[in-house]
Amino acid sequence: MNKEYENNIGRAFQTLNHKAFIPFLTAGDPTPGCTVEYILEMDRAGADLIEIGIPFSDPTAESVEIQDANIRALEGGINTDGVFDIVRRVRVLARESGKAPVPLAFMTYANPVLHYGCEPFFARCEELGVGAVIVPNLPYEEKQELEGAADAHHVALISMIASTSRDRIQMIAREAKGFIYVVSSTGVTGVRGGIDTSLESIVKSIREVTDVPCVVGFGIHTPDQARQMARISDGVIVDSAIVKLIARDGEQAAPAIYEYVKNMKAAVASV
Amino acid sequence: MMSKGRYGIHGGQYVSETLMNELIRLEECYEQYKKDPEFQRELQTLLDEYAGRPSLLYYAEKMTRDLGGAKIYLKREDLNHTGSHKINNVLGQALLAKKMGKTRIIAETGAGQHGVATATAAALLGMECEIFMGEEDTVRQALNVYRMELLGAKVHPVTSGTCTLKDAVNACMREWNGRVEDTLYVLGSVMGPHPFPMIVRDFQSVISREARAQILEKEGRLPAAVVACVGGGSNSMGMFYNFIGDKEVELIGCEAAGKGVDTALTAATIATGSLGIFHGMKSYFCQDEYGQIAPVYSISAGLDYPGIGPEHAHLHDIGRARYVPVTDDEAVDAFEYIARTEGIICAVESAHAVAHVRKIADNYRPDQSIIVCLSGRGDKDVAAIARYRGVDIHE
Repeated sequence: MNKEYENNIGRAFQTLNHKAFIPFLTAGDPTPGCTVEYILEMDRAGADLIEIGIPFSDPTAESVEIQDANIRALEGGINTDGVFDIVRRVRVLARESGKAPVPLAFMTYANPVLHYGCEPFFARCEELGVGAVIVPNLPYEEKQELEGAADAHHVALISMIASTSRDRIQMIAREAKGFIYVVSSTGVTGVRGGIDTSLESIVKSIREVTDVPCVVGFGIHTPDQARQMARISDGVIVDSAIVKLIARDGEQAAPAIYEYVKNMKAAVASV
Repeated sequence: MMSKGRYGIHGGQYVSETLMNELIRLEECYEQYKKDPEFQRELQTLLDEYAGRPSLLYYAEKMTRDLGGAKIYLKREDLNHTGSHKINNVLGQALLAKKMGKTRIIAETGAGQHGVATATAAALLGMECEIFMGEEDTVRQALNVYRMELLGAKVHPVTSGTCTLKDAVNACMREWNGRVEDTLYVLGSVMGPHPFPMIVRDFQSVISREARAQILEKEGRLPAAVVACVGGGSNSMGMFYNFIGDKEVELIGCEAAGKGVDTALTAATIATGSLGIFHGMKSYFCQDEYGQIAPVYSISAGLDYPGIGPEHAHLHDIGRARYVPVTDDEAVDAFEYIARTEGIICAVESAHAVAHVRKIADNYRPDQSIIVCLSGRGDKDVAAIARYRGVDIHE
């Protein structure tokens, strides 16, 4: 493992009682150059870990907003090699400005990974310090599809737990690595009014079997919601909210992203 | 260790964690009711008294004489209530949903056949029903949209992606992800995550169970070949299933080649696709080198799908079934041919199978037979065929 990126994911959670704020964006929406700029902006605004979506033509586990972002990015010509190049540019720019490398994770579907080749995909992740990969259509029963290659390259294949998981929670948690992604409301990612209250008991059940950090995601958009979720977990993922800012502001989204991440980070850190 | 629901390397359950418990419960309930004589009796009554089963196995004497070679038999799924084989599966799944305590069923549809069948079952069994249909298809098949609404269903036009069947499946999965407690996704083909490919195949296998007994009664021997069209592959899997063990029976699936397998305007998955993971399953898909699912094309909305069910992918791998591409042109010719020859206006999907039989019939001896599955009737296609021939008719 490249020393520069050692424990890249762990660093996002390392201080005691520190709550991580994790924003998401889709690579290549609206352009690869913008994605590089927006990632650096999120880092500057205090994001603890940044989740980068590798576009897929049919992202069925995510909201329509994220699907639209995926389609915009693909129409702009992005592909998996292009996404790795975005990360490479982020790493080079940070190094030049003397900044520590921000922890990064990928979110994508099984098919783009399968087609890139599991071995080369996770080798590239390791090389560029992408410490975790989230594949929402790879449940516990199917994780052996990618787990061997991920393990060989010290990349955490992230386990997800949903409010419908019930008797599956501890089975999944026992084998989790990196962090556990707890899906806060039934359904796909997206902004929702009410947030599931069973989360606290899910996190409690997870903590009985593992000390891997638990982050809560899906449907969080306001500082209030983030604060509430951070109280019961180790961090908060925001998915559609920033994608919507980018849909609205296109190539000029940097100020809105900075502002949003800064406010959300402050809310999470205040817990 | 391979996960559940595998057909060789294909199949599996590539879905979000949110759906896993629901799929596990669906499988458990299905296994329970499959063995429940009361459930089977209820389903059989619906099939016989409501859907009009058994469907006829019709000896197409004029086609046989014209083509010269094997005796041609048509398995008349087009005569079922709602006009296609889709009702076989829908009655089974809707009844299962009701037993599971669900009050609402949702489904995707391409041409509208599966949507109409689902809306019909929902009306009959007193369930809420919502159908997801690509916006482009709601325009192409406006009459079917109205038909579903007449039956009490709510139709959602899907405006994302390519606005066709693939996107309707995406929207339906997204909807189910968000609301599993009271809702069952009534999948229309032998695709998706386990247990759907198995459940749909079992409910459709009534086609070959009947056909096998009917041909033995008429001919005293098994057919040399059975032929059916393949999109996701539900009528063909139903037509093949009870013949898989009969090694001497050739199984032939006809894929939609669209403008040709050497063009981008095709939906022939076995001919042009590669291994992938999509819509909950591992199978063959039309896709690019980065694993992005390709937009596909066929004159037939029912075959306009970029994948194929996992059991078909496996039958292809082991060489038990053969999959052949059939173009729009060949299908339209066959659509007109069977109308003139036998007085049957069949679905343009089924016409793909008829087209292939026209090519191969004379490779067989007159003492052999071929069964073709006529999966649906062609009323829905008349306007499109007219336009294909340059006659400007709109429904």
